[in-house]
Amino acid sequence: MFSRDSWKEIFETIQKNKLRTFLSGFTVALGILIFVVLYGFGNGLINTFSEFFEDDATNTFFVFPGRTSKPFKGYKSNRQIEFDNSDLADIEESFPLFLEYISPRVDRSGLVKYKNESNNYTTRGVSEAYQFAEKTIIMKGRYLNKQDIKDKTKYAVIGRLVEKDLFKNEDALGKYIDITGSVFKVIGVFQDEAGDDEERRIYIPYTTRQLIEKNTDKINQIVIGFKPEIGYAGAMAFERKLGDFIREKKYIDPNDQRGFFIRNVADQLKQNQQFAGVLQIIVGFVAFGTIIAGIIGISNIMVFVVKERTKEIGIRKALGATPKSVISTILLESVFITTVSGIVGMVLGVAMLSSLGDSLKDYFITNPFINMGTAIFATVVLIFFGGLAGYIPARRAARIKPIVALRDE
Amino acid sequence: MIEIKNLHKSYQMGKNSLHVLKGINFSVEEGELVAIMGSSGSGKSTLLNILGMLDELDEGSYTLDGVPIKNLNETKAAQYRNKFLGFIFQSFNLINYKTAAENVALPLYYQRVGRKERQEKALKYLEQVGLKEWATHLPSELSGGQKQRVAIARAMAAEPKVLLADEPTGALDSKTSYEVMDLIQKINDQGNTILLVTHEEDIAHMCKRIVHLKDGVIVEDKKVDQVRAEQYV
Repeated sequence: MFSRDSWKEIFETIQKNKLRTFLSGFTVALGILIFVVLYGFGNGLINTFSEFFEDDATNTFFVFPGRTSKPFKGYKSNRQIEFDNSDLADIEESFPLFLEYISPRVDRSGLVKYKNESNNYTTRGVSEAYQFAEKTIIMKGRYLNKQDIKDKTKYAVIGRLVEKDLFKNEDALGKYIDITGSVFKVIGVFQDEAGDDEERRIYIPYTTRQLIEKNTDKINQIVIGFKPEIGYAGAMAFERKLGDFIREKKYIDPNDQRGFFIRNVADQLKQNQQFAGVLQIIVGFVAFGTIIAGIIGISNIMVFVVKERTKEIGIRKALGATPKSVISTILLESVFITTVSGIVGMVLGVAMLSSLGDSLKDYFITNPFINMGTAIFATVVLIFFGGLAGYIPARRAARIKPIVALRDE
Repeated sequence: MIEIKNLHKSYQMGKNSLHVLKGINFSVEEGELVAIMGSSGSGKSTLLNILGMLDELDEGSYTLDGVPIKNLNETKAAQYRNKFLGFIFQSFNLINYKTAAENVALPLYYQRVGRKERQEKALKYLEQVGLKEWATHLPSELSGGQKQRVAIARAMAAEPKVLLADEPTGALDSKTSYEVMDLIQKINDQGNTILLVTHEEDIAHMCKRIVHLKDGVIVEDKKVDQVRAEQYV
């Protein structure tokens, strides 16, 4: 069955029936190509979703103040809620089991100057723990530390692009910059995976910011990192308890949804992952449909091929071809064509995906890929069914009496 | 060489059964050149198909070169066809994407003859039919007579016991017909047994024996003086 002679016979047949070979090969190659590309796009979508969250820690709550919408305990409705330093301490004290770190966040934007260069930047007053929440990477120097917060030092950690904008080729470390009228010493330069916006920020101790602003103890937002080991359920429980705690402390009606807001990154991530998962299932379903369409395509072509060759099969049988040799010739031919074109389609698809890279990022497809196992599995499935699709009509053809087959025009 | 006793064959045509061969007794010696004649529907092609194991008999017995031919499965029949028989068809039945030489070599492929030997033999038989220079041509590039000669070379290539020709000149003009008959006569001169179905009197008289079939029975079986086709070529 696998002798050199039978292969030679098959190659000759393939060579001399180029259109037929091309048609069946094209169907298979296209099926696999579309499968690989679609599947890769699905993965690209998931990549995009996870990238939205990648640059920040996911074990994080952001607490924003709001305005009450209900009167409570003698307080009127529409009261502005404010957080201050005591809230930080209270939360830290009340949730030792859940809490990993806590940092305020006080954003101000204004003109920042160094020598003749100046630009508007957001300056963010934070505590030393904020580095974890933002996953800030220090390139040189250091981040703010506890002592800086305590001493209200005039130290600043600047983004990579701030250094580039203001200092050009100079080293910013140890230099002094003017932030809206106050002079700060640059103690560190950072980078952030989230990109340009985040790398145009300046971090200073929040205590220093409060000192500049008439020694206030108010803070804008609170960023809380919970211990990752409490898990998703723990995070949800923490979110609830934290909400109750703040409502009680700030005299907010338990049913008032507007006094403050908690953004739970873990919860959002989970929802987005679920969404991406559903998308992947849909894309997978479509891709699976493509494979089925490919199988049906190759089946149709094989039926047609065998039909077209009925007379030839009759001639061969009259000349002494056994049914087995008729089947094996047709089967080997179809398996050979599907294998070669399946591999071609797969390789093309994988090459296409890897050449795309990030170029479709605007369409929410980042770095599409397919793992080789899936691609090879799909190819093997198609080859198998291509063979089966060849086998069934070939067996029928081999059973036709030569006299009937010879009459076929 | 061929021994047929009380052969019956009928075809199912919907609900009706058509009795085509109604008890044929018939034998052929080695080296004979037999014409089977009859009007259409007389059963002559059916007889040839049964002789060629392309069709099965219903009743009776058929012995070919001392081997009883009965209850053959497809594989066995294919092997016997390959070993014992060479076919020449009215419509040539060459494989259109194979060259003349490849067509001639095909029965040898099924005899598992090596590639080199196949090519040599194919060329040898093509030379015998006078088409050596046409070896690499496709059937579409050949005339009808040339096609039939390639088909004859193919039938000869397997070196069969019996050549079966179904209206070999049916699709050819008379001049080409005589050329083909000349070739067939020469092959017969070499000692090959040939059975030939035809409805043309002149072709039949180029054989050594004529068997007349009518309504499924042999009505006449006579030896004739062979007319050599050579003189018309």
